[in-house]
Order: sequence, then C-alpha cells, then structure tokens
Amino acid sequence: MSTLSRVAASRNHPAYWAFLVHRLSGLGLALFLPLHLLVLGLAVERASLDGFLSWTDRPLVKLAETGLVVLLAVHLTGGLRVLALEFLPWSDAQKTRIAIAFGVALAVGLLFLLLAV
Amino acid sequence: MQSSAAQPSASTELGELTVSVWRGAADGRLESFRVPHRTSQTVLDVVTWIQRHLDPTLTYRFACRVGMCGSCAMMVNGAPRWTCRTHVSRVAKDGHLELRPLRNLPVVKDLAADMTEFFDKWRDAYGRFSPTPTADGDFHRVDPESAERKAASAGIECIGCAVCYAACDVVSWNPDYLGPAALNRAWTLINDVRDADRSGHLAAVADDAGCHACHSQGSCTKHCPNGLNPSMAITGLKKSVLGALLRGDL
Ligand code: SF4
Ligand code: SF4
Ligand code: FES
Repeated sequence: MSTLSRVAASRNHPAYWAFLVHRLSGLGLALFLPLHLLVLGLAVERASLDGFLSWTDRPLVKLAETGLVVLLAVHLTGGLRVLALEFLPWSDAQKTRIAIAFGVALAVGLLFLLLAV
Repeated sequence: MQSSAAQPSASTELGELTVSVWRGAADGRLESFRVPHRTSQTVLDVVTWIQRHLDPTLTYRFACRVGMCGSCAMMVNGAPRWTCRTHVSRVAKDGHLELRPLRNLPVVKDLAADMTEFFDKWRDAYGRFSPTPTADGDFHRVDPESAERKAASAGIECIGCAVCYAACDVVSWNPDYLGPAALNRAWTLINDVRDADRSGHLAAVADDAGCHACHSQGSCTKHCPNGLNPSMAITGLKKSVLGALLRGDL
C-alpha cells in the first residue's frame, strides 16, 4: 500500500482536516504577511501614490491579496472553532461547526474579491 | 427455492487474500502471505491462520477474541483497529491487507507492540482511583442523572487497547504527551464524586505533556472501537484546569 494511503488511513476525517487547514493557513500567514508588507513598502517607496494605486489594480496583485484575505479569514474562523470546541459545552455537531467555519471564511474571501474587482 | 448447496456456509471460501505482515523488530520488513478469504472472517482469524498453517514463529497478541481485553490491536491497512472484531470484508482493499504493529509504540517482534509506555502514562496521569475513607461514614450518593456521573459513565468502558494512542499525531510529535486514553481515564476520575483527590487528578494533567498538548484532531474519537470520545474528555479537562487556575485551586 502506498505511503500516502497509509498516512491518510487514520487521518481522513473532518476534525483532522480542520486542524490541518488551521495549521497550514497559520504557516501561510507567517510566510506571506511579511512578504506582503515588504512589497507594499517597496512599492510605496518607488512610485508616487498614483502609480502605486494603479499597481494595486493589477489582477495578479489582486489575486495575491485575495489569497491573503482568505488565509486570514480561514485562520480566524478556524481559531473561533477551536475556542468554541474548548469553551462551549461539547456538541455532537462538531462537523457542522467545522463546515460553518469554512463557509464563513470562504464567504469573506469572495466578498473581498467582489469588492476589489 | 435455491438448493442448500448454493447457500454460503460458515466456511465458504471467497477467494484468496494477499496479506503483508510486519516481521521482526523496528528494523524489520513486510512479508507476504496468501490466505483463504472466508465469510465472517476477522483480521485476527487471518493472523491466526498464518501462524497455524504457514509460519508458527509469527508473534502477535490476543486473549478474549470478543472485544473485551484490548490486546489484539494492530495497524490494518494504515489505520489502528481491534482485529478480533474487524471483519476482513470491511477493510481489505482489492483482496489485500497490510498488518503492522500499533503505531507510536516500540515493536517487540512482528505484530506485538511494547505497551509499557502506554500504561506508564496512565500512572503518570494519576489514573488511579483515590478512595474516600467512608468506613464509618455514610455511603456516597451517586445520582445517575447528574452531569458529573454522565460524564464519568461516558468514559469508563475503555478496554486499554491503545488504538486511540496509535491514531494520535500529537503522541508521535511529543513522546511525553500522556495521550488520549490516560487523559480520558483522568476525566472519569475527576467526575467521580467518590474520588477523594480530584484536584490532584487535575494537577497531574495540567502541564505541557497533559491535556493542553492536544490539538483536538479527533483521531482518537474517530478510531476508538468502543465509541468513547477522548477528544471530548480532553476539552473537559482543559476547561476544568482553566477553571481551577482562575479559582486559585491549582
Ligand atoms: S483529540 Fe487530542 S488526543 Fe485525540 S487524537 Fe487528537 S490530538 Fe490526540
Ligand atoms: S479510549 Fe478507546 S481506543 Fe483508547 S484505549 Fe480506550 S477503548 Fe481503546
Ligand atoms: S482479543 Fe480481546 S479485544 Fe481483541
């Protein structure tokens, strides 16, 4: 049996995905937020404000920013889920909570994209 | 009506299974066996068949064969399971089974894992009942409908099989982590009104290797063959530890 199916065998269930997504979005934020700030800083330094604003109109920049907003939303809602899990009474609807967290995060990301375009 | 010859009997052969079995200690390897596939055959039946018919040196562990003793757990196609109550037809993939000793524990030989650290952690989690001296006093009154008794009752049917322990990634990442079964045990004692040292139980699970190490991945709950919910027990411990800290009891 392949290593992948062996690794997935005991982990393929919603609570584990939720953990994984939360961990990966956290790592993604840690990597890309500094990069995002760096690029912003450089762009503002080099160009006039008008030039900078037209730069943020580029599709690629918009896409990257949307990605960052999605990461942020995913990580935030994932964190709220963990707080709910640990501080509210246990509910057997943990899967529903996971789904709500993902849904809200996705909606926030799409809304941003909509407003940005 | 069909003739009785067409009806499957208890020993009907359904073809052949190829079974890869871990042999040796940590530096061992997989060895392949061909085993007849029968109806209602359990994974433990397969292992026993190999030992009786193909290789008497195969080492594995079992006792009750009915899901009571907790000794027969192994990794079956990558997931931890109690093998005496796992039907081959439910888990075989294209007639193939891969059997390894339980994850997160040292291997003794073949399919037998060394359970020492698993049970040592029950001790470290203070998983022992602390009786109240009631010989001259009254009996404890335990209300079966109280929230505490319900929480305790939900966790007491653990058979100590270490399936949850093998499923948990935090155990692999942090070898000191007490693990789901020991923490679940602590939770049942904290909810037992007869226990005399409930704050002692809380203190035993309050540090880094205790309940706060859990990431709520829920693999323990997903795999526990007895349907227990160690993940929920651990969130209960987290809340109780925080409450005790805020009250200054810890
Ligand atoms: S919920 Fe906690 S104890 Fe259970 S598998 Fe996950 S990390 Fe391990
Ligand atoms: S909690 Fe469940 S999986 Fe873990 S040792 Fe007990 S019975 Fe086995
Ligand atoms: S042999 Fe006892 S639980 Fe499987």
